[in-house]
Amino acid sequence: MLYREAGDFKTTYVADNQTFPLKLDRIGFWITMAVAWLVIPFVINDYWASSLLVPFLIYAIAAIGLNILTGYCGQVSLGTGGFMAVGAYACYKLMTSFPDVNIMIHIVLAGGITAVVGAAFGLPSLRIKGFYLAVATLAAQFFLVWLFNKVSWFYNYSASGQISAPERLVAGVAVTGPSTPAWAQYLICLFFVTLCAVIARNLTRGTIGRSWMAIRDMDIAAEIIGVNPLKAKLTAFAVSSFFVGIAGALFFAVYLGAVEVGEAFGIQKSFLVLFMIIIGGLGSIFGSFAGAAFLVLLPVALKWIGVDVMGWPTDLVAHFQLVIVGALIMFFLIKEPHGLAQLWRLAKEKLRLWPFPY
Amino acid sequence: MKQDAIMDDNTPFVTADGRQIGGVMMDLRNITLRFGGVEAIKSISFNIREGEIRAIIGPNGAGKSSMLNVISGFYKPQEGEVYFRGTKRPPMKPYQVARQGVARTFQNIALFEGMSVLDNIMTGRMGHIKSNMLVQAIWAGKAQREEDESREAVERIIDFLQIQAIRKTPVGRLPYGLKKRVELARALAAEPDLLLLDEPMAGMNVEEKEDMSRFILDVNDEFGTTIALIEHDMGVVMDLSDRVVVMDYGRKIGDGTPDEVRNNQEVIDAYLGVAHD
Repeated sequence: MLYREAGDFKTTYVADNQTFPLKLDRIGFWITMAVAWLVIPFVINDYWASSLLVPFLIYAIAAIGLNILTGYCGQVSLGTGGFMAVGAYACYKLMTSFPDVNIMIHIVLAGGITAVVGAAFGLPSLRIKGFYLAVATLAAQFFLVWLFNKVSWFYNYSASGQISAPERLVAGVAVTGPSTPAWAQYLICLFFVTLCAVIARNLTRGTIGRSWMAIRDMDIAAEIIGVNPLKAKLTAFAVSSFFVGIAGALFFAVYLGAVEVGEAFGIQKSFLVLFMIIIGGLGSIFGSFAGAAFLVLLPVALKWIGVDVMGWPTDLVAHFQLVIVGALIMFFLIKEPHGLAQLWRLAKEKLRLWPFPY
Repeated sequence: MKQDAIMDDNTPFVTADGRQIGGVMMDLRNITLRFGGVEAIKSISFNIREGEIRAIIGPNGAGKSSMLNVISGFYKPQEGEVYFRGTKRPPMKPYQVARQGVARTFQNIALFEGMSVLDNIMTGRMGHIKSNMLVQAIWAGKAQREEDESREAVERIIDFLQIQAIRKTPVGRLPYGLKKRVELARALAAEPDLLLLDEPMAGMNVEEKEDMSRFILDVNDEFGTTIALIEHDMGVVMDLSDRVVVMDYGRKIGDGTPDEVRNNQEVIDAYLGVAHD
């Protein structure tokens, strides 16, 4: 009753091919966008930005990126942290080499550089699949982190081996550096999230997305009916790395400000983003957001419950948090292997008939 | 004598039941395919003519599916040549063969289980999409236009095969008979010149077989698509096909109209067995 498609007729294929074919979904989408763009920037404070919204938005970009590669194209990657590092270091080198160019352009270029690197590391996928490919991307992860530690040109020969983002302005407001207001941090991340989500959605609903999914579901049949596997796999690696690179650049420049590569972009980051898309739902843009929200919000929510509500000591809560997050991940994978996106789909199917299911 | 004329000559002719058969579209010459020491196909030659329904039959393990895989470029024969529309086909990847206008279905259904029926069929149109990735990323003019044109072409096929009701259903949820039909739809979406069907009626009941036979005849009739099919149901093969190739143990043992093949002693021996002394 509440959520239904009856009466929502389509007379053209254009109308049927929209991102949100149902009117109700479209209304919901625009309300979400209005709140995100017009309400939150005015009420946001430092705590909300730095512990919730900014990491959520950045991880959402990374999750969309990995979801394109793993969820849509079926190529498992454990190199997400390494590719985020490529984005971060590319952004840093661009920021320091060309200080007059707008930071927005730097971030997009950093994504582009990561895309090239990602496509290069995607070459083994033409020969190997599954676990073996996962191990190959793991090699990329370790190699890239080692490279950024070892070659001091990447961190401009700084004594600490860290990179730190100089202050850069967009339209007169600082978006990087210590004096960045919370709302500016939030808005620049929101801008890139919106951009990436729209691009990802357009690609996945069109021809290129179908060629990715065909490779994922049955690669031999896909090739025989006319999908070029080389092109499909390499574009998946490139597009995925483009998003992951943007996420890495934002993570470094906007969120952390200063980064040590092994710490910020280590193997645990690869696993974190992989957990996000598994919990959120493989092969779903919505799932990328849901998974990112889940894994960013959960620790914060647990900490709030433990420390502020129950009054337990902080270190005890921190340990509990690890146990609970781990247990919840297992619980989820057993109860709903297709992730939060599938739960959402099922809820929508139930809502279509509710309250008269027969 | 008449048989030789049909086999070798390149001139169009009209069959006994009045069907127009064109010149040779695909000519396979002395194809030999080995897997290690096993010879799956032993120097086989036959051709497929424009507009005909060509059946490949034979007992299990005769090499029929391997033959289809050679035609669709998935196996590379060690010897022999494939001539397509009069020119020798250079070594090609399967997707390039597909883009030349050869589409196929599979013996064990090879649909993309995670995608909807519509997306599966749309995937068949891969070769018709020209817009590049950047245009698709912003869903601009050309990408959207091509998408809608493809959708229209796909909808015609959906109508034709009467699967309107399931177009948005995930393929994994469909029963076997419908999956076979969706697979045919995916192959048709490519608008192929040559359609290869690997056991299109395997595991179907009589009613489903009748439906599928009707679709095959209609495809041949309305779209003018040339069809090469492998099938074990002799009744279906004899009724549908214009010419039949019979294989056994990788050799060709018969080639001709259904009636000629039916009366060929070697074919009868292969199917019924023969006393070895």
